Order: sequence, then C-alpha cells, then structure tokens
Amino acid sequence: MLLKLARQSLWSRRGTAWLTLCSLIISLSLLLGIDHLRLEAKRSFTSTVAGTDLIVGARSGQLNLLLYTVFRIGNATNNISYAHYEQISKHPQVRWAIPLALGDSHRGFRVLGTNTDYFRYFRYGEQQSLQLAAGREFSSVYETVLGADVAKKLGYQLGQEIVLSHGVGKVSFSQHKDQPFTVVGILAPTGTPVDQSVHVSLTGIEAIHQGWQNGAPAMRKAKTVLSEAELAALQPTVLTGALLGLKSKVATFAVQRQINEFKAEPLSAILPGAALAELWQMLVLVENLLLVITALVLLAALIGLTTTLLAAQRERARELAILRAIGARPWQLFLLIELEVLLLTVTSIAGAFLLLTGSLAALQPWLSSQYGLVISLLAWHPHTAAGLGLVLALSLLLGAIPAVQAYRQSLNQGLQVRL
Amino acid sequence: MAVDLNIPAIELKNLRHQWPDQAFCLQIPALTLAVGQHLFIRGASGSGKTTLLNLLCGVLSIQQGEIRLGGQLLQPNSAAKRDQLRARQIGVVFQQLNLIPYLSVLDNVLLGQAFSGKAADMARAERLLQALQLPAELWQQSAAALSVGQQQRVAIARALLGKPTLLIADEPTSALDADNRDAFMRVLLQEADAAGSTVVFVSHDQALAGYFQYQLDMGRLGDGVTAVRGNAACC
Repeated sequence: MLLKLARQSLWSRRGTAWLTLCSLIISLSLLLGIDHLRLEAKRSFTSTVAGTDLIVGARSGQLNLLLYTVFRIGNATNNISYAHYEQISKHPQVRWAIPLALGDSHRGFRVLGTNTDYFRYFRYGEQQSLQLAAGREFSSVYETVLGADVAKKLGYQLGQEIVLSHGVGKVSFSQHKDQPFTVVGILAPTGTPVDQSVHVSLTGIEAIHQGWQNGAPAMRKAKTVLSEAELAALQPTVLTGALLGLKSKVATFAVQRQINEFKAEPLSAILPGAALAELWQMLVLVENLLLVITALVLLAALIGLTTTLLAAQRERARELAILRAIGARPWQLFLLIELEVLLLTVTSIAGAFLLLTGSLAALQPWLSSQYGLVISLLAWHPHTAAGLGLVLALSLLLGAIPAVQAYRQSLNQGLQVRL
Repeated sequence: MAVDLNIPAIELKNLRHQWPDQAFCLQIPALTLAVGQHLFIRGASGSGKTTLLNLLCGVLSIQQGEIRLGGQLLQPNSAAKRDQLRARQIGVVFQQLNLIPYLSVLDNVLLGQAFSGKAADMARAERLLQALQLPAELWQQSAAALSVGQQQRVAIARALLGKPTLLIADEPTSALDADNRDAFMRVLLQEADAAGSTVVFVSHDQALAGYFQYQLDMGRLGDGVTAVRGNAACC
C-alpha cells in the first residue's frame, strides 16, 4: 500500500517528478557513460595489441608509433625499408614478424598492406587469431581480404571489385582506378581496428604505386597497367612498420635495444603495453577530472531531488495528517518519502541504462570507424553495482532530510493542519 | 468485532493536559460515553477541543489521568500502541480535505485498512459508498474531482469501513451549505449506528446540537461541569 501511495503521489506530481527524473537520468548516464567509455577504450586498445611483443617503425615517439601502426590513428612519420625488415625478422629471438604498409584507403577505411603471416600470427584479445568468415586469404597481387565492418558497412560480397585511393581521407582525388582489387575473403569480427581494415598483399601496395614519385602519380603515364612479367617481378620496397612476436618474453628488452640501435636506419621498437600505459598515464588526469565533474553533477541532481521533495512537503502536510489520522505510524510516513526517493532513483538508473545503451548503439558505428573503438552496449562492470549502490545510498541519505521532516511533523502536529 | 455493551466506549478520568508556555490547561475530571451514543462537543477556538481530540486519538501523549477506549487503556508511553489502536478502533472525519487527492475514491476508502493490518474489505467499502449515495461511476475517479459534499461522504465511508469503536468528526460540516449539511448529518449518524460506532462530534455550530443526545461544552469545563446528559434543550 505504501508503495502504491508513493507511486501515485509521484504520479500526481508528475510535472516536477519528471524533471527531477530527467536531471537524474542525464547525470547518471554521464557518470556511467564516462566510466564505461574509459574502461572499454582501455579494454579495446589492450585487446588489440594483446599478442604483440614489439612494434617496429621509423624513429618516433612510442605513442605515435603505436597509434598509427595498430590503431590507424594519425600517420607515419617515415617509412622503413623492406630489406631491414627482413633482416630484423630473421633475428634469432624473433618467432614471427608481420609487415605493415599503410597510407592508402578505401572509402574512409584504411588499407593495410601485409603478407599472409598476418592471418597466421596476429593475435588479439585472449590470444585469439584472425578467422575468415568467408572466402580465403589473398594469394595474388590484386586480391583483398576485408575486415568485418568494411564488408558489412559497404555491403561488399566475395568476388566484388574495389578501387583503392591514395591517402587516408574519406574523399580522395587520386584513386588507383586502373588497378581494381577483387574481394577474396572477409574476416570474422574481432572488435579491434582489424574490422575497419582492407587487407592487401605488400605486392599489391607496390603495384598500385608503380611509376609514382614522391607520393604522386607519374605525370607521363595516363594509365599503369602492369604486364604479367612485371607483376611477377614486383618486390616490396618500403613498409610503415612491423609487429614482432618473440620466442621469449625475457628477450624483449634486448631485442628492443638492438632495434633501437640499428645502424643502417633509424628505427624505433616499442613495447605496446608500455606505450599504452604511457597513454593512460597521460589521460588519467583528464579521466579523473571527468569522473569528479560527473559525480558532482550527479550530486547536484540528487540535491535537486531533495529540494523538490522538501518543497512539496508544505503542500503535503494535509496528506500526511490524513495518513496519521487513519493510523499510519510516523516511521511509515518516513518510509513513504524514502520510497518515493527510491522509486525516482531506481527509475532513473533504469532510464540511464536505456539512454546509455541507446546512445552507444547510435554512436558505435562512428566510434569504431573513427577510433577503432568497439564499445560494448551494456555499461556494466564489476564495480558498477557497488557504484550504483552508493548512488542509491546517497539518494536515500539525502531523501532522509524530507523524510525526517515528515516524521517530525507528524509527531508534533497532531491531526490538525494549520494551513 | 464483538462489542460488549457494558464497557463504555470512552472513559476519561482526571484528564489534564498543559501545553508548554501556555496558561491554558485542559482538565476533565470524568467523562463516560456508552457504546453507540453520540456526543456533541461545542466550544470556541482555543477551548481545548483540538487537544481533546488529539488525546482521544492517541496522537498526543497523555500527561495526567487516563483514557480508555472500549475498555482499552491508551498507553501514555507507547505511541506505537496508540497508533495501532487508532488504526483499528477510531475513524476520523476532518473539517475538509479529508481525502488523499491523487488516490481514487475507492482507494481512499480502503486506505485505512492498509494501516490497521486488516484485509481490504472491498464489499463493505462498496456497500458503504452506495449507502452514502456515491454512485459506482465515481469510485475510480480521483478524489480531487468530487464536490466538497461528496468528499465528506467518502470520508465517512473511510472512517466507518473498519467498524470503529469511535468515530471522531472534527467540524466536518463547516464547508457544507445548509442542505448538504443536514443530509450529511443524517447519513453520518445513520451509518455510525449501523456500524455500531460511538460518535464524538466537534463543532462550533450550535444548530447541530439537536442531532445529539449528549453534549459537552468546552467553555464550561473550567467550572467543573463535565459530563453531559440530555439533549440540547437541557444545556
């Protein structure tokens, strides 16, 4: 009965209740959302580099190298020569090496030139390897394997021909029109930037840039069509970077040092874990600041809730007196007010999850294509229950202010109400 | 509930109540009201009517003396027991605004039973509403939609639903016009009799005294006049 009273009483004041609910929902979804995004971003990033021991690229900062090689964010500072890559891949401590050639795109999706070792050795998440959802790996120059999202969003099927563009913008004025690639495989979803990548062979990358000078098509030739012999003779010359897997983790620092001191070319080798840690370190202040701000916003909303209830208290004096007259105990009136607080808070938590899931579902395509972030729709983490419990406790604590007032009023006032 | 007619509905002994910082002191040496009797309490503002009602209802703690309702002593030290006694044995009708505005008429009537711990007696609620000339199409409407006269009748239904030992009415007619008032008084007393409830009716309106066998004039308590017999003509 008390619950029904609380519900109907809120319903009778649905104007203010609704506004209070809105402010609670917004602030709760902010808090939950920021916490969720922060954790999911970390999980997503960490999962992507889970199986890689070292990342090699032209000499640059470790964050830059990490971001452009693995997450396709930003651009390479310089290339490394394929010959040196081969030299490194033959290092006795290196178990596997995956070459990476970036710089082209297809309708906003980055093109990754690599070899079939990519499908064999690349590991993500809990040491999972890439799986083909359809088709096969590329085996000749003009074949491509699409990431799951690329195929899904562009609606590509096996056997379809696609044209790559130079540069990484969504709109490109220099397209490799004369050398279309055939889709021969589509990868299963991984929840990593692999899903947003178009994979071709290194020779494919080489072929579309034949005759190019300084990143621009050769002026004299209108069309570059390579003969069979020319295609067979293609050899990769430059790479953007490489991923290395080592035979022993112990050797990681030694190999890293050797690559960093590589004489023939200025190279950088980085530990993805360490680079990510540096990234988180940089972000921790922003992260905490955001959390504190959203927590304060939530607190303000909860105080707003208390204010609303306190303001209603005057007009409810009559109601409470009636309840007293028909035998309600003072603690039942206390409970009634707290039940209203509970109803509002629980409803707003449910509303916040709905809003959050809805907006994540709406934002997911953008987040995954722009940042390679795959965010799970449900904002639930092991500590979420405790956090929400805390929010609930806090709301009940603040709700106790009007509730205690109702309690005391009912004790002092008797049955008469002085209006 | 079986009512023993030999036990008085209300029994006051040496009741004394003093508000802090106020000269006025409510004093009633003795007052006894048998089951089923109707008592009219008249008095100007400040004569202690409200205090007496709050004491009878068990909202105020008794300072001195004792009150028994249907033989049961109102425990001065246990607000919980008094609240329970009120929920089970007392029905209250206020001056106006008796109902929770956002609940339906029927829910308002059934509300009292939620606190008395009894099962909701839907059949009796509907019978009472019908007897009080509240047609069924009003029952699901919110209480705020009714006229004042209708609201007061709903309040009677609520007060009498649990067949209380005591029905307390605190100026319930003051917001009603003369026609409505007479109709109200008739159904109030009639239904109280049907429920076997003793009625304590407070008003400053002497015209209503004719409905009651017993009267208590708060203004004359100080003179030692307490118990009251006979009808309006004798006082």
